[in-house]
Amino acid sequence: MATGSTAVTVAGVRIEMVERGTGRPLLFLHPAIGIDPAAPVLDALAAKARVIAPSHPGFGGSDQPKDMNTVDDLAYFYLDLLEALEIKNAILVGVSFGGWIAAEIAIKSTERIGHLVLADPVGIKVGDRETRDIADIFAMTEPQFNERAYFDPAAAKRDYPAMAEADLVAIARNREATARYAWTPYMHDPKLKGRLHRIGVPTLVLWGAADRIVTPDYGRAYAAAIPGARFAEIARAGHFPHLEAADDFSARVLAFAAGRD
Amino acid sequence: MKVFHFTEQPYPDAWDQHQGSLRVVLPNRVLDPAIAAERFHRYYDEWKLADELGFDIMVNEHHSTATCMASTVIVTLSILARETKRARILVLGYPIAHRPDPLRCAEELATIDVVSRGRLEMGFVKGVPYEIPVANTNPVFIMERFWEAHDFIIKAMTSHDGPFNWEGQYFHYRNVNIWPRPFQQPHPPVWSTTSSRGNARVLGEKGYVIATLGSGYNTRALYDAYREGWHSKGRREPPPADRFAYLALVAIARDEAEARRRAELVAGYPRTSSIVSPPFRNPPGFVSVADNARLLQGKTPPRSFTKDGKVVNMASASVQELTDAAIMFCGTPDQVYAQIVDFTQHAGGLGNLLMMGQAGHLSHADTVDSLTLFAREVMPRLAQFKQPVAA
Repeated sequence: MATGSTAVTVAGVRIEMVERGTGRPLLFLHPAIGIDPAAPVLDALAAKARVIAPSHPGFGGSDQPKDMNTVDDLAYFYLDLLEALEIKNAILVGVSFGGWIAAEIAIKSTERIGHLVLADPVGIKVGDRETRDIADIFAMTEPQFNERAYFDPAAAKRDYPAMAEADLVAIARNREATARYAWTPYMHDPKLKGRLHRIGVPTLVLWGAADRIVTPDYGRAYAAAIPGARFAEIARAGHFPHLEAADDFSARVLAFAAGRD
Repeated sequence: MKVFHFTEQPYPDAWDQHQGSLRVVLPNRVLDPAIAAERFHRYYDEWKLADELGFDIMVNEHHSTATCMASTVIVTLSILARETKRARILVLGYPIAHRPDPLRCAEELATIDVVSRGRLEMGFVKGVPYEIPVANTNPVFIMERFWEAHDFIIKAMTSHDGPFNWEGQYFHYRNVNIWPRPFQQPHPPVWSTTSSRGNARVLGEKGYVIATLGSGYNTRALYDAYREGWHSKGRREPPPADRFAYLALVAIARDEAEARRRAELVAGYPRTSSIVSPPFRNPPGFVSVADNARLLQGKTPPRSFTKDGKVVNMASASVQELTDAAIMFCGTPDQVYAQIVDFTQHAGGLGNLLMMGQAGHLSHADTVDSLTLFAREVMPRLAQFKQPVAA
């Protein structure tokens, strides 16, 4: 259990979750690299919302149920969580892999969701069969990944030997869980694109302008498949705008949810 | 002791063009099919000779690599089933978790067993990490998939009363009823490889043949884990020596200087085997979370040890170090025999020596000479050697 998190059990699965701030509920779904409870983006969002930021089953310190092995499973799990917490009119925000989960939730039901924000989401197939839309993160060294994922790769460098054992375990779990859910078809669900038309809530697709894991063009195609969705780029950010441009990211999310943007 | 002649059927002609990876990404443009044909025929000739000299035979497969041209071991097995007369033919191994269709695996292996008139030894393996990016099997589920494929193949080989149904986690069939059924009853012997004590114990429980590679003077720990598993299922007698197999490089000649020259060529195998792009060496989920956390800290557990406990890195070791670690047996027939006996005493019994008698740039003439010398000078003595039987 990461410091700053609490444990909740939903549908028999025990997960760790950050809950911070008051106001309209905001469910934040983290990317494959997990979420640090101390990440500034959570405080920035919690200034104006009740932030609920779980670690997905299998990630961080959350249990991995043996029979959960698709993003579809994760989407149903979060529908259960929204119901269990009796959440209404949520702002659903997902980054990268978390954006994929958010989209899979929204095609199933938006009963408890008022606004949807997808930041650099993966999950759909856009190009032809010989074109990989999403860079193969499992075929890269960490410096190669950082070079493509971050506007400022140097800031992403981590000193593993200096890290606590529990953090290293969480990093190893995150990597394994990512493969578990997204190995093949690689980082996408072939059915998802054709179902995005079902999303009936206001949707904002944000994209780090420097993202070279998944390019802004993929983001435009994603937005085009969701009725009425808006697309916007975030400067000085790559695949993880919630980390590299936390204030800009949070301001856009909150303004959009307030109907001001 | 049975001695199996093994070669990976390498394509060393491209080893100097690897640019950091001999596997996965090395373009096949650098393979000349005419040279490959010569090499394939030559390796088959050596296996035929091995059959005549009294060796048994081991074959394997790897993918997208110049270290091993055999990408479909079923072709190798099929040719040898017909071209050889008496040798046991061991596949070690068939990476069944990577195959999309275990029904096809069962049919292939049963057919080879029949054509060879019951000479197939059936090794199933998880496969090395760098098979994952080529096969694209989800590494997180590789062992679950392995055991389901294993269970299915064994059931397919041992069911003789009409079709059965299979609706598993990974494989689905309506009518499983393989023709032909295997020659050996109830099925060809099962082997597997491991480098972990946990898996060694599982193999012991099942009573399968355990094979290790590069474990050197750490092998006893793996064999003892096997023995624990063996006894845990209520078996009273210790496992016989034929349950244990060890793969070693062998460089043999009439004089020491010539043996050393051959050893340098054979050592091409360990020196090239791990030349592979770093991201492909450790796919997610291939090893445990705890092991990956340790790897992040920069702690890599050593695998090979000499008799006095010195760590040896297979990829960079000298011939002397490889020999000290029993990764290689090297020298005159007397020396090679003594080294094998010493290692067998360490292991507490070793019924199957998997001998990499050809590797790297070792020529056909050298290979023929080595095999002939080993067969005449070492094999008869190994046949007389009384195995230790550790409890």
